Order: sequence, then C-alpha cells, then structure tokens
Amino acid sequence: MKQAAAIKVRTTLQRKAWWRAFLNREAITAYLFILPAMLGFAVFYLYPTLRGLQISTTDWNLLSDPDFVGLENYQTMFQDPVFWNALRVSGIYVLLNIPVQTIVGLFLAVAMDRLTRSMLVRAALIVPYLISNVIAAMVWLWLLDPFLGIVNSALTTLGFSYQSFFGTPELALPTIAGVNIWRHMGLTALLFYAGLQGIPRSVYEAAMIDGSDEITTFWRITLPLLRPVTVFVLVTSIVGSFQIFDTIAVATGGGPVDATRALVFYIYDNAFKFFKMGYASAMAITLFAILIFFSIVQLRLFRADQSDLS
Amino acid sequence: MKKRFVALGSAVLALTVALIPSQAQSVSIDYWLWDTSQEPAYKACATNFEKQNGIKVNVIQKGWDNYWTGITTGMVAGNAPDIFANHLAKYPEYALNKQIVDIAPWIAEDKVATNIYTGDLFKLWGRAGKQYGLPKDWDTVAIIYNKKMLKDAGISEASMNSLTWNPKNGGSFERLIQRLTVDGSGKRGNEAGFDKNTAKQWGWTSLNGNSSGGAYGQTEWSHFAVSNGFKFNDGPWSTKYYYDDPKLAESLQWQADISLKKGYSPLFKDIKATRGDTLFTSSKVAMIFDGSWMIGSYKANSKFDIGFAQLPVGPKGRKTMFNGLADSIWVGSKKQKEAWQWLKYMGSAACQDVVGGFGVVFPAIPSAVNKALAAFKAKGADVSAFTKQALAKDTTFLFPITDNSSEISAIMEKATDKIFLGQSDAASTLTEAAPKVNALFK
Repeated sequence: MKQAAAIKVRTTLQRKAWWRAFLNREAITAYLFILPAMLGFAVFYLYPTLRGLQISTTDWNLLSDPDFVGLENYQTMFQDPVFWNALRVSGIYVLLNIPVQTIVGLFLAVAMDRLTRSMLVRAALIVPYLISNVIAAMVWLWLLDPFLGIVNSALTTLGFSYQSFFGTPELALPTIAGVNIWRHMGLTALLFYAGLQGIPRSVYEAAMIDGSDEITTFWRITLPLLRPVTVFVLVTSIVGSFQIFDTIAVATGGGPVDATRALVFYIYDNAFKFFKMGYASAMAITLFAILIFFSIVQLRLFRADQSDLS
Repeated sequence: MKKRFVALGSAVLALTVALIPSQAQSVSIDYWLWDTSQEPAYKACATNFEKQNGIKVNVIQKGWDNYWTGITTGMVAGNAPDIFANHLAKYPEYALNKQIVDIAPWIAEDKVATNIYTGDLFKLWGRAGKQYGLPKDWDTVAIIYNKKMLKDAGISEASMNSLTWNPKNGGSFERLIQRLTVDGSGKRGNEAGFDKNTAKQWGWTSLNGNSSGGAYGQTEWSHFAVSNGFKFNDGPWSTKYYYDDPKLAESLQWQADISLKKGYSPLFKDIKATRGDTLFTSSKVAMIFDGSWMIGSYKANSKFDIGFAQLPVGPKGRKTMFNGLADSIWVGSKKQKEAWQWLKYMGSAACQDVVGGFGVVFPAIPSAVNKALAAFKAKGADVSAFTKQALAKDTTFLFPITDNSSEISAIMEKATDKIFLGQSDAASTLTEAAPKVNALFK
C-alpha cells in the first residue's frame, strides 16, 4: 500500500518535472526553433502517412467515393504474385546497388583524403549526382543503345558481342543498378570524405610512428572511426535504394516482362494507371514498415549514437 | 473528402480567376489535346469558333504520358479542363465514374446530325443510350516503305498493294521481307549463305515504337491476327476476351520467329532508345507498319523517298484496326454549355474541313477527308492506302472497347514481351494470360 503510494507520488513528481522542463524558458525557445521543421514534418510527412494508412483500408479509384474494406487490400497483397515479385526485384536491386556504391564511395574518399586536396576532383566526383535522375537515365539509355550506343560500338570493336543492356530480363536490373551506382558514388564519397576530416590527424601520426602501414591504418583506424558516418550513409542510401523509381520509369517502364518492376514502380502502376488508390496505399504502408525495420536494425547494429573517438 | 477537394479547388480557381485582370467580358474554356501535330489545326478552329460564338477556347497541349494522369488528378482536385480529347481505351472508366457528361440529351435538343460520320465511329462513343463524344477523326494502319531499298532489291512499287500473308509460310509478304534483308557481306535473306547475325538492313519491323504491342497491338500485331480469323471479343462492352484463340497464337508466333529465328526483323530486346520508327527513318529497316497519325512524322524524319501501301491480304482478307478520337466534357466544368458548343463545332464540317486542310489527320466527316488527302498530296505524299482501307468493305475492325483496359494492357504487355523475347512460345503464354484477363470482369 505504502509502496503503491510512493510510486504514485514519484510518477506525479516525474510528470511535474517533465512539465517544468517543458515550460522552462530555454526549452520553450528550443521548441520554437524546432517548430518550423515540425510543422513541415507534420504537414508533409505525418499527415500524408496517416492519410495513406487510412486510404489503405478503402477501395478508392480517386473518382468515386471510397468504400471501407478493412484489411482486404493487405490480404490481396499477400496473394498477389506481382507484389512478391516486385519485393524481390527491389531486394535484389538494393543488394546490387548498395555494396558496390558504398565500397567504391569509401575507396574514392580515402584515396582523395590521402592523395589530393583538389577542389576540382571533389567537384568532378559530385557532378553525376547533380544531374537529374531522368536525364541520367536518358543519357545512359542512349550510351548503352544496341544500335547507336557508344558502349556497344566499343564492345564490338574490341571483339566482344554487343549487349541489350536494358532489353533483356537478365541484364536490365543490373544495368539500372549500375546507372545509379555511377550517379550516387560521388555523393557517398563526399560524405565519407567529410567524415574523414573529423578524424584527428594525431591518430594517424601515432599510427605512423608505431609503424602501421596504409592498409592496417585503414582497417584499424579509419574504418572504426568512420562508423557514425557509415551508418548515416547506409541508412539513407538503403532507404533511397528501396525507393528506386525514376530510372526504371525512364529506361524500362518495369519491363521486360516484370524484370524491373520494383515495388515503388508497382505502387505507381496501381495508383496512377489502375487507379487502385487503396491497394497502392497498402503496399506503400508495407514498404514504410519494411524501411523502418531495416533502419532500426542498422542503427542498433552499428551503435550509431556512439563514437569511438570519445 | 472528394467534395471538399473540389470545393477547395474551385475556390482556388475562383481566386485565380478573380486575380487575373479580365480583358473582355467573353467566356473562355480550357481544351486539352495530346497530339502536337494537331494543335495548330485546332487553334485555327478555335479562332473561327470565337468569331462566331464569342467563346474563347484555350487550346492546351500535354504529352501523352502525363495527359491522363493530369486529367484524372485534375478531376479530383477540381481543375480538370472543361473539355478534352478522349481515347477509346480511356473513356469507359471516366463514364463509369460519372466524370464525363452524357451529351445524348443535347444532341436530341439541338437536332445534331449523327449520321454524317464515317462508318461506326459515332457508335464507338456511346454506351446504353448514352453518348460521350462526337467523332472528330479516324485512323487506320498501312505499310510505309523506303523507295530506294525497294528499287535496290528489284521490287516494283505496284506489287506492294497486292501482298499476301499467312501464318504457315508468310506468303509473298515473307518473301518480300526476306529479299529486303541484307547481311554484312551483302547477301540478301533469300540467298544461300545469308548470315542473320551480321544483318545490317532488315526487311521489316512489326514494332514501330518500343512496345511489343500488348493488349491491342494496334500497329504491331492486330492486323495479322484478325486477318487470320482472330477476334478480340464479341463487340463493344464485351466482358470476355478470346486471347487464348490458337489463331492469335499462330500469327504472333510467326511474327516472333521472323526476328528470333529467321533474322529478317530486328530483335525486340534491342529496340529501346532506338525505336522501330527510328530504325526505319535511319535506313536500317526497309518497311514498317504504322498508323495514319504518324504520316507527318515519317515524312519529316525520312531523308529518302517513302511510299505507302495497303496491308497484306491474310487468310480472311485484308484487315486494319479502325480507331477514332472524340472530345468529352468534364462533369465538374462550370461552363458545360459553352463546352458543348465547342464540342459540337469540332464535330461539324466547319471545323473538320479546316483540320483536314492541315493534312495531319483524317477527319471523321468524309468531305473533310478529301481536304486532308489533297493537303497530304500537296506535301508530296500519296496516302490513299489509308483511306482505301477505311472505306473498303469488311476491311476494318473496331478498337476493342471494354472496361478494365489499363489492367488488361498490363497483363498482355507482359505476354507479348515474353513472346517477342522468345522466353516462351505464343500458345502457352496466351493460354496462361487469357484467364487473367477474363478474371478482371468477374
């Protein structure tokens, strides 16, 4: 009895403390600073997400009034072979895209850090990222064209047979992954490069005095100290990679057959070609859940909130 | 929810309208179309129309890919155009969702003559006594050929209008494409030692864009299939398609084998950025089939003389899809009456004669077609192949108009992709796809 009362007192005290912290002048200032961002978050992210959740429980074609159908859309989803295929395509795409992009980006960053301080090199690296996705896809579509593309003409000149890069189910997805690796590796490199600048030079000097070679220094010092940046790069690029859409829309339209019909593209098909808003929302919510899961797992695994520097 | 959107949308619209200083007291309506080549023709119509009725028409062109998303989201947001060019594959859905106006009462009220249009065009735009547009043009498909390549192969242009075709040995049409195909060492397709892997000129391609044809194969496969005895369904608004008909499988298999096995046609997998029509205009392909709306584009982009001929005659005769456009009025428009005046005007000889004079499309009224033919001739193109087919008895079949067209397209696009990639044979692919299509109607 006494114990229960004590707990009650403690919780009310805690609540009061929380309120006091909330009403604290400094806290209010802080909240005011966050307010514009929170407003944007609420209007552009939170509300649409909740609305999406609501639409996912309806049968709605945009033009007529929606009918509430409960979880029927989710049921349909589990039985839809195209959905499972789309999920598989997205998964394979992430596996093709992320490791290469991250490793190449890291390599470029370390090479830049050790070899050059040139602004020009850094600028050149980021250029592909500054090109819009649609234009990048168009350019590669022409570069890799079987009839007129420079890549195929180089291949045949060197004695190889030409390739239908975007045209066969086997090559289409790896080609799209390739285009996006090309586009994003510069940004990844730049992020890693920025991370590298945060590692004190004294650590490297110490390593050098201890007789550590380049490779050992990389594995023992650079990589562990880069961990927070690595997590940031991985989380954002995996989320971005799962959302692959524009390159597919421009280069293959989801084909040939279903080889590049990734999840977001299939969601688009359902929403804006078949006008099945409910079903599209159900899949979007599912993708949301998958991405949240992956992000949390990564943050936990990599202890993102701690740095080995401190 | 939707009502609120509409209200909000129209409030925004009203505010915008209020903010624009009004130049005159005249009413203006928005009209959308997707074809850039027809934009000047309809702008000319709009000018004449404004002089007559004092109603200003803003002719707005939007590319095909964004056109339909724009229309549909516009309807939801409350800012769709008052009136827009509509397509047979798209209008059933808008009609079903009560988004386009049934103009049948107005036709009766204004005593508009509806028997002035070619063939069954008027009928295509009606369902159960309701009418969703007045026909404004039509199109058929014909052969477009490279005159020089024909001459080099020793083929007379006169023979082009009497080609035959069948799915067993391809008839005289297959022998023609064989002869028009040339490999790396200069050997023609019908000569001994021809190597399909080094082909540098192909006789023909059935794929004029970069699609394998999908559900309707309007310019890709429908003419072969129907001339072989295939029919899509039992007429407008059917709820069952016959995609598993062996007649269709037979003709599609012949088409796939021409490129995959025989090498007389470029491979589907290679036709991406370089589309079929580009291969023709860049002298890689001697012949192509395409719709009459593409005449201007082929004329403009070919740096050599081109000719037009009627399609080959199949086992059941010569067949081409007959398709046409019309305009529909959005139910949310505040100026439906004005839009109806404009719609009526576009469906009349006054406007169609003007459109015909531009020589870009065949108008729905026969007298205007002659104007179009004359205009094409002035540009140096004898395109009578298209009109002869349209007027010949039993030569045309209508676009298969039903509900669920977007989903049918998605299913069938995969099927024809598989066939043209050679992933599986036509018969088994179609047997698998047909039930999926018919399940949409249950």
